[in-house]
Amino acid sequence: MSGSGFVEDEKMTEGWNRPPVIEPDGEGELLEVAMGPHHPSTHGVFRMDVALDGERVIRLRPVFGYLHRNHEKIAEGTSYLASMPYTDRLDYFCSLTNNWAYALAVEKLTGQEAPERAQYIRVILAELTRIQNHASAIGFLIQEMGASGTPLMYAFKEREKILDLFEALTGSRMMCNYMRFGGCRVDVSAAWLDGAKKVIAGLPGFIDEFENLLGSNEILMARCQGVGVLRPELAVNAGVSGPMLRASGVNYDIRKVDHYGIYDRFAFRVPLGDHGDIYDRYMVRILEMRESIQILNQALKDIPSGPIMDPKSKIRGFRPKPGEAYGRIEAPKGELGFYLISDGGPNPYRYRVRPPSLINLTVLEDMCLGQNVADVVLIFGSVDIVLGEVDR
Amino acid sequence: MKTVEEIKAAIEAGIPGAGVEILSNPSPSAQHSLRLDPSHAVQVATFLRDQLQFDFLSNVTGVDWPDKEISEKVKVTRSVTKTVDGKEQTVEETVDEARKRVEPGCLEAVYHLFSVALKDGPLVMRMRTGNRTDQVELPSLTPIWRAAEFQEREVFDLFGIVFRGHPDLRRLLMWEGFKDHPMRKDYVDPDDYEYEPTPHDEVLKRAEAHKAASQPATTAVKEL
Repeated sequence: MSGSGFVEDEKMTEGWNRPPVIEPDGEGELLEVAMGPHHPSTHGVFRMDVALDGERVIRLRPVFGYLHRNHEKIAEGTSYLASMPYTDRLDYFCSLTNNWAYALAVEKLTGQEAPERAQYIRVILAELTRIQNHASAIGFLIQEMGASGTPLMYAFKEREKILDLFEALTGSRMMCNYMRFGGCRVDVSAAWLDGAKKVIAGLPGFIDEFENLLGSNEILMARCQGVGVLRPELAVNAGVSGPMLRASGVNYDIRKVDHYGIYDRFAFRVPLGDHGDIYDRYMVRILEMRESIQILNQALKDIPSGPIMDPKSKIRGFRPKPGEAYGRIEAPKGELGFYLISDGGPNPYRYRVRPPSLINLTVLEDMCLGQNVADVVLIFGSVDIVLGEVDR
Repeated sequence: MKTVEEIKAAIEAGIPGAGVEILSNPSPSAQHSLRLDPSHAVQVATFLRDQLQFDFLSNVTGVDWPDKEISEKVKVTRSVTKTVDGKEQTVEETVDEARKRVEPGCLEAVYHLFSVALKDGPLVMRMRTGNRTDQVELPSLTPIWRAAEFQEREVFDLFGIVFRGHPDLRRLLMWEGFKDHPMRKDYVDPDDYEYEPTPHDEVLKRAEAHKAASQPATTAVKEL
């Protein structure tokens, strides 16, 4: 990895990317605790088998599969378009970005391209999704720190306004099923755009308020700073993506790298963390919300009129030529990718979701080892996962 | 962005006899892939990470290619004895013959690599097993990219590829004790997912046996 700018310390020796073995101090017995699957902080049904020496975590094994329904198999048994509503159910906080990732992969497979106006609508919806996801992720994190309810409800108050926008446009608050291959399902109206502008005008005030309330809070700093540190070399090696990767100081945002959609037209910055601890992950999300507002303002100003569907795209008898494609986007939780193989039939031969939530959990044990058991809840919360996507 | 051909040339210069092969992708995405020889895969992967700076393993997945029965028409030339003009002659004759052959299937592991350092990618790598039943081992790339840890477990779980050298190869999504591999194309799902044997099943079996034993007597009575 020479030349990649990372600190060259203890790495590249045998097994440097494995979690360290922590020896118990020899006093008393070890306690094995199953955290979950019904623990309120696991965001669903997820289990961690934790071995404790006193309060110190010396081993952690995540257990998956409680919500497994083999989404990939179901998608291989149905047509390309019929999987679109099902992608809403992967990460049910961000159905619109799931739609986009799937539409992007199919567009790569068939060589379609969405028209200008549809691209702008996609960016607007994706950034609104990012804001509501980050706001609630932070709300949940603070909730798990013990601030029961209030900060989460502050976040949900704002999320509610964004969900109302989604409902007005797509007919559904969370299961939007909005993107299509080569465009979008319905056009936005001028009234909707005005409504969106009003909501967005209120967002900076909300973020300021949120940050003033929380950012320099003594409890938050004491519990988050220096806890759950993730080194950048390990983060890259373990395939961590999204705000978690950038909180560790790695400048990698797929919106900047791949320029998918029309992201090269907007001026925005990529916030990076210094320490890779929980506080940095919190802070990166706050700053990303601010950058999303920048993108939204530019997109709402520039949005052109025109068609919203590629006229060449087929709804009936949609059979891509044999081949394969991997399309990925920067979803709020990380790199969301879809890998498709077509054999020329109406169904995908192979349909694969690259779930950021699952892969970001690879390093959960590394971050938790040696920490107190109470911090496991916080570290887990700072990863920001949705079990619908982890187990698929 | 390096092309697949350049990467292949670099690998072959770095590791003689690596046995890398380019599989072209006819779709508009033009994401061509490199097929690795499993016996050199760990060496090639290390080379890709350390020399070509593909430090980010994004996606690992499996593909099932079942045995394919191919029917084709083959032109066969045979010598046939025929009676032409009252004389027996041996004549060469070309006949179309329908033949069926079975193309053996395999399991495939697919890796999508990116480079965070160079902002490059994707590079698609593939490895194939010998068949789908007893030669299903492939080398694990988890020691090189930690990102493969859970994803290779998932491929092992759903496709049944055994990754040699994986530090903790257990099922990920299905439960322990589950027998089959659900993502294979020939997987048949059970009629009743919730069925569990209970003591009552044995009672029912005994009752069936009693019923069968007492059956002839009752019919005899009816006949009278």
